Amino acid sequence: MNTLSLAWRSLRNRRSTALLTISAIAISVALLLGVEKMRTAAREGFANTVSGVDLIVGARSGQLNLLLYSVFRVGDATANVSWDSYQKIARHPDVAWTIPISLGDSHRGFRVMGTNDSYFEHYRYAGDRRMNFTVGEPFDDLYDAVIGADVARQLGYQLGDPIVIAHGVGNVSFAKHDDKPFRIAGILAKTGTPIDRTVHVSLEAITAIHLDWQSGARALPGAQVSADEARGQDLTPESITAFMVGMESKVMTFTMQRAINDYRQEALMAIIPGVALSQLWNLVGIADTALMIVAAFVVLAGLLGMLTAILTSLNERRREMAILRSLGARPKHIFTLLITEAGILASAGVAAGVALTYGLLLAAQPLLERRFGIFLQPGGLTGYDALILSAIIVAALLMGAYPAWRAYRHTLSDGLTIRV
Amino acid sequence: MQADLDKPAIEARDLRYAWPDKPLTIDIPQLDIARGERVFLKGPSGSGKSTLLGLLGGVLTPQSGSVRVLGTDLAPLSGAARDRFRGDNIGFIFQMFNLLPYLGVLENVLLPLQFSAARAARIAGGDPSSEARRLLAAIGLGSDDLLQRPVTELSIGQQQRVAAARALLGSPGIIVADEPTSALDHDARENFLSLLMSECRSQGSTLLFVSHDTSLGYLFDRTLSLSDINQVRS
Repeated sequence: MNTLSLAWRSLRNRRSTALLTISAIAISVALLLGVEKMRTAAREGFANTVSGVDLIVGARSGQLNLLLYSVFRVGDATANVSWDSYQKIARHPDVAWTIPISLGDSHRGFRVMGTNDSYFEHYRYAGDRRMNFTVGEPFDDLYDAVIGADVARQLGYQLGDPIVIAHGVGNVSFAKHDDKPFRIAGILAKTGTPIDRTVHVSLEAITAIHLDWQSGARALPGAQVSADEARGQDLTPESITAFMVGMESKVMTFTMQRAINDYRQEALMAIIPGVALSQLWNLVGIADTALMIVAAFVVLAGLLGMLTAILTSLNERRREMAILRSLGARPKHIFTLLITEAGILASAGVAAGVALTYGLLLAAQPLLERRFGIFLQPGGLTGYDALILSAIIVAALLMGAYPAWRAYRHTLSDGLTIRV
Repeated sequence: MQADLDKPAIEARDLRYAWPDKPLTIDIPQLDIARGERVFLKGPSGSGKSTLLGLLGGVLTPQSGSVRVLGTDLAPLSGAARDRFRGDNIGFIFQMFNLLPYLGVLENVLLPLQFSAARAARIAGGDPSSEARRLLAAIGLGSDDLLQRPVTELSIGQQQRVAAARALLGSPGIIVADEPTSALDHDARENFLSLLMSECRSQGSTLLFVSHDTSLGYLFDRTLSLSDINQVRS
């Protein structure tokens, strides 16, 4: 019978309080770990929004602005990139492929993006994942559209449904390209990236629907071009909004970036997605730091609950302490007993919290992936997780020192008799 | 810390103690108890018996005067050293609630050995568990069925026997019993006491028995009245 088993037996004797204390710690630990896991997943998901792309090129503005509108479909470009400049860079021998992007229209709140087959072929996210079609295929006809998973789900669209694109990006737009309706040719699988919320059409289609538009308004009747008439015209765009570049060799990326930034004919800017993403994360990461702080306070509340439970128990355990004292227990024994008790409660709480976290993650994983496209890899505990958990146990042991000190004071003032 | 065998069991001189912010409770010029003696200390409740036991057990420190237990002066010892000395040399039996409710009978009896290596070393044959069973049997708790039960299910009388076995385990030099029989009826009281005394005799322990019930005094070598030795008048 050593102190550990003595503390264990004593706790078992008070098991309902002990279990409640352990549950409180477990829940707070699960919250903390859950937030940490989600945070990591969100950070990774964020960094995984675009991959395999070496450079993003757009009109010269801020690097965050370019990243936001080209990858996240947030905000607008200040200026366009001329088709000539695009072609010139696309044909450069060091460039393996390019993905043109043409933005500016929307469909019921979802952004419409003009691009070409290169997008479906070369765009990657989450490491090396490529877009998959749930049904259908890339655009074949001029008026074909490929929609993201969220668009399909929220608007209830199916293959072959007709859609009308609105001019501009407002949620409610009165200027509609209703003379040139599109047909849904493909629906993409969930990616957990802005792709899910995008309606894709071909670059030529973007040109076609704007043939008879002048400075943001449709031409008068008579000057209008019908959908079929448009097919016969040259649909090469005059400009695009931005484009993505894949290099033949990664080592040429910086050289190419510098060349584009120094390009004389047009004010262009090239950014490296990874660098811009981490800069953006520094901005939005503040929110999850706040969440982490909240979770840390919940853990503190859990530990304070434990402290309260131990302190409350001390009064009814004065006799237990007096008996131990009469048997020759020294201050270190009383101390060890109570700190061991705090250690058992905290360790059991942490262990239960870890189990709870993994249980919930495993249960929620399919749902999270399907609904939000968050790929949570429960994996093992990271070194950081282990550090947090050990810190919680150490904090509990330090807190246990207070009731331990109180208990010994009791035994001193009570002597060997307690008037209960 | 081994006690000196030739010295008296208890030797107190000019012992004075007052609880914090209270008038003097104990003022004893002289108290001597010889080794192996069985002493009955009587005194009405509130007369300072428990305080005196606290002083003799080294739980309380006198404001002045000295206490020598088995030849060791308690005054210069540190708190932890007094705790250790008490664990090695004194077995206590209290009035009630002697046992840890979450331990079994045998575990309660064996508990002192966790705090005192000296008591463990004194066990003949070196097997604490069989010595605990022997003591329990000697004091009237022989049945295995009883040993298996949670201590909270034992009667008060049975609990006091477990406490007595625990106090006796490892043959401490002094057994201090503080009203251990007040919850028992008269027959049980005499029976318990005679078993306790014979076990004390066989292992050579000094017995200091404290009670307000003078009817048991005739069983002892000597009867002391606290009101005679304590100069504080209540």
